[in-house]
Amino acid sequence: MGLEEKLPDGILLTSVEKLVNWSRKSSLWPVTFGLACCAIEMMTFGAPRYDSGRFGMEVFRPSPRQADLMIVAGRVSQKMAPVVRQIYDQMAEPRWVLAMGVCASSGGMFNNYAVVQGVDHIIPVDMYLPGCPPRPEMLIDAVLKIHAKIMNEPLGPRRKASAPDRQVELIPSSVRYAK
Amino acid sequence: MAEYDDEPTGSALGFAKGFGLTFSNMFRHVATEQYPFDVKKTAPRYHGRHVLNRHPDGLEKCVGCELCAWACPADAIYVEGGDNTEEERYSPGERYGKVYQINYLRCIFCGLCIEACPTRSLTMSNEYELALDNRQDLIFTKEQLMAPLLPGMEATPHPMRLGDTDTDYYVREKGLGEVGDIQSTANAAAKTHSGRAQAIEVGRHHA
Repeated sequence: MGLEEKLPDGILLTSVEKLVNWSRKSSLWPVTFGLACCAIEMMTFGAPRYDSGRFGMEVFRPSPRQADLMIVAGRVSQKMAPVVRQIYDQMAEPRWVLAMGVCASSGGMFNNYAVVQGVDHIIPVDMYLPGCPPRPEMLIDAVLKIHAKIMNEPLGPRRKASAPDRQVELIPSSVRYAK
Repeated sequence: MAEYDDEPTGSALGFAKGFGLTFSNMFRHVATEQYPFDVKKTAPRYHGRHVLNRHPDGLEKCVGCELCAWACPADAIYVEGGDNTEEERYSPGERYGKVYQINYLRCIFCGLCIEACPTRSLTMSNEYELALDNRQDLIFTKEQLMAPLLPGMEATPHPMRLGDTDTDYYVREKGLGEVGDIQSTANAAAKTHSGRAQAIEVGRHHA
């Protein structure tokens, strides 16, 4: 029809971008990756009381190829580090990483030779979540902040080049979703 | 299998009984908390983000003693003390916390720093939504941790408003040692026993 040629640059594709980002954030399947005590809180996050199904992510995938989000829940020992990296590599793009708890984020109170001092030494991290362990609300908050980041993500390299520095403000969820 | 004979398996009754149990769950109370839309209050003493408190006139309670940093099992707190001068005063007394940083990617929210604090400067709030996307911003500085100025408070630095010496900020007992005053005698007796802790306790009541 030639309509898309007459449309100003950005109108058609931003709508597609929004739709794609919305579908990506609405079913963000996490990979089952509990390493320590944070995993207990992560299980609570999936259980009926906090019900991650409300955000379309109740299904924890044991298969990394079917997962979009890696919640690194717990301290990563030096021996576990190559496993973390391999599972991350097996995940299909686009993929996101949430470092849950202080141990995954920076090593926490385990400042010693056995523990990786932050999982960002081996994989890129999209969200750092403090707490020891963080309560399920904190994890929901971090996940919703990742959702905000996904909604802001450019679709394809050309779009990325046209809007190189799009920052999203990470507002606390109780403020963002206040009634 | 004789003990199961009275079970209505295989019949229409068994079918109804089985699915009836499933169906009855439809009417049970839903336990799910609607977190971001309906936030439940935490316990009053929940260990959340720290706050550095102020005296009633706005001077900082922190004296830069670094006891919180010593108590911290995760080495999350960094304190650098500074000297107060008459021209530039941040806290009553000699010293104040010049640099104060808490690394929230190390902090395990155990509260040992709160127990260690001799002036009750450091306390914890109920705020917990702290997730951010870079490590630098999760090291909270003094400006972020200081309590907001309430009505009647004045931004530091400023001279002492509540008295001439720093003891006016901590021990403010009138008529101490007067004959016949039972309350003050009891206070004085307790003071000789537990010294410093008691003085702080009294200061806390007045603050």
